[in-house]
Amino acid sequence: MKSIKNHLSLIIALLSILFSMQIFIIVDRSIDSYKEKLANNYSVVVVSQKRISDKNMIGINKIILSVKELTPDSVIKRLNTDMDSRNIELLKLTLPKFYKLNLKYYPSPKEIKKLTKDLLAKKSIIKVEDFSLNHDATYKLLLLFKGVVSVFAISIFIVTTLLIFKELKIWQYKHNERMSIMGLFGAPIWLRSAVLFRLSIVDAFIASVLVFGLFTYIASSKFILEQFSNIGISVVLFDSIDDFALLLAVAMILSVLLASLIVLGHKEEV
Amino acid sequence: MDKVIIAKDISLAYSNSETIINQANFSINSGSFVFITGASGSGKSTLLKSIYGALKPKQGSLIVGGVELKGVSGKKLNFLRRHIGIVFQDYKLVKEWTIEKNIMLPLIINGYEKGVTQNQVETLLKHVRLKHQAGKYPQELSGGEQQRVAMARALSHNPILILADEPTGNLDDYSSQLIWNLLEGANKQLKTTVIVVTHHIPQSMNIDYKHFHIEYGSIHEVN
Repeated sequence: MKSIKNHLSLIIALLSILFSMQIFIIVDRSIDSYKEKLANNYSVVVVSQKRISDKNMIGINKIILSVKELTPDSVIKRLNTDMDSRNIELLKLTLPKFYKLNLKYYPSPKEIKKLTKDLLAKKSIIKVEDFSLNHDATYKLLLLFKGVVSVFAISIFIVTTLLIFKELKIWQYKHNERMSIMGLFGAPIWLRSAVLFRLSIVDAFIASVLVFGLFTYIASSKFILEQFSNIGISVVLFDSIDDFALLLAVAMILSVLLASLIVLGHKEEV
Repeated sequence: MDKVIIAKDISLAYSNSETIINQANFSINSGSFVFITGASGSGKSTLLKSIYGALKPKQGSLIVGGVELKGVSGKKLNFLRRHIGIVFQDYKLVKEWTIEKNIMLPLIINGYEKGVTQNQVETLLKHVRLKHQAGKYPQELSGGEQQRVAMARALSHNPILILADEPTGNLDDYSSQLIWNLLEGANKQLKTTVIVVTHHIPQSMNIDYKHFHIEYGSIHEVN
């Protein structure tokens, strides 16, 4: 019972840190996925007097992913009243060229402005439609969402830091006496701190395994998956290899750091 | 006869406080039994602390077991402490360990084999009449029993020197007598040097001993 109590205090602190961290990872992935979705749906339309090759167009700005030439058929169809096919072909030749540009990622308003400027710098390009009003509103919403997530992350960081320091004080109190007694009988520093490091490594492992179990369950929960599907976001909630490795590494580093701080802060009783 | 402790002009003080022991000179032969007496606050425990290296001399030279303690390195101090057994008035047992493990501590630190450690602990538990309590934790024992555990721990690794700081201060007669018998036995049979800080020298001692008295910061031998 006594031994379980010793372990629980650090395991609970580590659990809350790892849980918050994984939640933040999921939120971050969701934002990235949403950005990707926005980028796929967003494009810039360019009007040029002359035909521009895909290679030349992509070379104008590095944000451009692909170029698609828009056929003027739909416009001509609307005008198509009594014109014969010869005149239509002539009209097609005189009409400017329309291009739809897909971008590598969802750009910021500043990047949109630069792209427009770069495109208009090309002599043949006479018009660029960047749908900036729509874009700006969506981008601001995204920024707000990111801001809220950042505040959430900072709050977690502050709370967990306080938790760690609280834990540090408890550990210092708990282990100082034993370390001093061992020191009185000539135990070298590694032997005095061995119990502490063993405890922290075991606790880090237990906490990581518990979080692994919890998120494996969450990632396979139909209800959670349905919620994500409803908002049209498809993300990996928990990668059992990469995420577990990251959680284990963070837990190990934190607990070993905690143990090291105690060892360094240990003062022999006089 | 070899000297286990040689003190030359040592002055002892805690940081930012006045000098407690002032330019004292004394030496202790190997295998002797020594009592250190003095009024409360005279510096008896401070002197003992300096002998096990918890308080470095402010001035002078203090050599214990061949190790100069003024400016001693942590490694050398650990080496010296592995050959000393200490008994405190407040026992200083590790609360989260069983009494068996507490007694084992110096043996583990000194790298004894598991079999030897186990035998030694069993023998000592018999000597201190606590064999039936081996698996208990210190807080489950009485003060006298805890001090007997501390005594067994101090003896476990056959040290060259035993330091005892008022070892019977809070104990009942039975435990006190047991502690004195163990200290006498270690000195007589194992030729271990024993230094005891106490207010009163017990009348029942069947042993030749040296007596140092501390007064006004100086140490003098009482004949």
